Amino acid sequence: MNPAAVPANPPVATAFFFYLLAAVMIIGGILVITRKNAVHSAMALITTLLAQAALYLMLYAPFVAGVQIILYAGGIMVLFLFVIMLISIERTQRERQFNKQWLVGIAAAAALGGLFIAVYTTTTSGRTLFPEGRLTYPEGDNTQRVAALLFDRATGTYMFAFEIASLLLLVAIIGAVVMAKKRI
Amino acid sequence: MHGVVQYIQSYLDSNQTPGAAGNFFWATVYILLVFVGLSLAVIAMNWLERKILAHMQVRLGPMRVGPHGLLQPIADALKLLLKEDIIPAEADKTVFWVAPFIVVLAAFTVFVVVPFGPTHAITDMNIGILFMLGVSSLSVLGIVTAGWASNSHYPLIGALRSSAQMVSYEVAMGLAVVSVILMTSLNEASTGTLSMIGIVEAQQAQAQWFIFKFFPLGLIGFFIFAVAMVAETNRAPFDLPEAESELTAGFHTEYSGFRWSLFFLAEYSAMIAVSSIAVTLWLGGWLRPFPNALQGPTWDLVFSLIPGLTFLFLAGMTFYSTVRMPKHPLFRIQTMGLAGFGAFLALVGLILFIPGVRIRVQDIFWFSAKVAGFMYLYIWYRGTFPRYRFDQLMKVGWKVLLPTGLALLILTAVVAMRTELLAEIRGAWRP
Repeated sequence: MNPAAVPANPPVATAFFFYLLAAVMIIGGILVITRKNAVHSAMALITTLLAQAALYLMLYAPFVAGVQIILYAGGIMVLFLFVIMLISIERTQRERQFNKQWLVGIAAAAALGGLFIAVYTTTTSGRTLFPEGRLTYPEGDNTQRVAALLFDRATGTYMFAFEIASLLLLVAIIGAVVMAKKRI
Repeated sequence: MHGVVQYIQSYLDSNQTPGAAGNFFWATVYILLVFVGLSLAVIAMNWLERKILAHMQVRLGPMRVGPHGLLQPIADALKLLLKEDIIPAEADKTVFWVAPFIVVLAAFTVFVVVPFGPTHAITDMNIGILFMLGVSSLSVLGIVTAGWASNSHYPLIGALRSSAQMVSYEVAMGLAVVSVILMTSLNEASTGTLSMIGIVEAQQAQAQWFIFKFFPLGLIGFFIFAVAMVAETNRAPFDLPEAESELTAGFHTEYSGFRWSLFFLAEYSAMIAVSSIAVTLWLGGWLRPFPNALQGPTWDLVFSLIPGLTFLFLAGMTFYSTVRMPKHPLFRIQTMGLAGFGAFLALVGLILFIPGVRIRVQDIFWFSAKVAGFMYLYIWYRGTFPRYRFDQLMKVGWKVLLPTGLALLILTAVVAMRTELLAEIRGAWRP
């Protein structure tokens, strides 16, 4: 008997982990908008983004999770903190907040909530928008599948969209440089 | 008793990592082993760094606590634990408290995927190298928040420098890593891999370490990574975030006691982590040296004896030092301690000669030996290079390493494509 191989990959993607991560994300999201100190908000946002990366892992998409950690938690949030650190926090905390948009906010939240309820409730004919059962992709070759979708000669259908998106980012970078530099 | 032996044997003979087998208990054992090994390595590194730096500067280094200062790291650790933990009155308490833990977590979590051997890794992820780069890049968050939360000028400047430096060098580092991932795709199926174990297996299958692949392209990629990894870990000559002549101690100026020791621990384990990335990607990971020139069962046997011989050599050196200890009665306990340490090293060396142990441990030994080489390089850099100025640092990162990395990536892609097309024409892959 080989006990090292006996439990054949017990599923990690259990309901418990989903609710845990979802709770972390929601609490983090609430903290982002309620903290007055911008650095605390940024740290709550980082927690939210990391929990989101873990949710991607639960969906058997490790590549997306890795990219999420590198780009959002490791890259963009560092730049956010970099900028926020240079603001005088004491002064911003004394300032009166003038973004009083409760009505618009409540309307948007109610619309979104209504949409969610509409999506998740079964229609009268018994059909839901989501199929029963779970997709069980093999986790092992997620990266290779993403690459095949993007670049493969036979199956690569998203190559053009991918390149156009990267061109858009390049244009944004050049625009930022042109706006920042007085003389090029 | 026999059942227990058989049970342990079944784990030792398993040809999977504990993560792949999904065995929770065995994975926990591996995590504890890696954690303990890492802490011991940091302690050893602390002593070695002081001794080697001292000898480079024609000094003796620590000599008082224990024979040849061997117990100095333990004395230092005790001192740090007993010190008062000071939090500045104006500091942001919560963030100040959390920051060292972010750095330590980021530095230790990456070891989940480090492959010490074909089965000696906690787990093997499909996104191994991406995970390592991503999680180790999280440590900059800890450094930035530590500098900001101290609410003091030197730490803030140190944190700003650190974040600018780490973000800049990550780009060049990533380009060098991508060129290696292109090399892994040169096989029958022409699919590459990001998995750390997969990268080493690709080097084994192609019978070539990636540092020698497409000469000199692999070498250039390795060079870019070797420079970027020193900058990434904030070590000399790129230690501007903690340049003591300008910023006292940079981002951890206001930290003391246990929290400061967490930063210290994180810095050294991050150094070990990036060195193990370099070893895995370019230097063949756990594979032994000269797999092509010196192959065959005889050479395999000779190379499997080297781990034991290394420990015996160290034991011999220790006994030589024991004989040279002063004969004064005050030194009697120290001499006995050193002799005991030598006996311990000799015992480890002898255990490593047992065939069963020898076979299972040699890949861990080769991996650790290569990483140890990088650790020595770190100390050597610190002993010899003067510190960069900040504008020079940015110039090296953005104007030298980044364009070289981009050119390297394009050239590697072209050469790899050529190899692939040639193999298609020939109809077969030759190793």
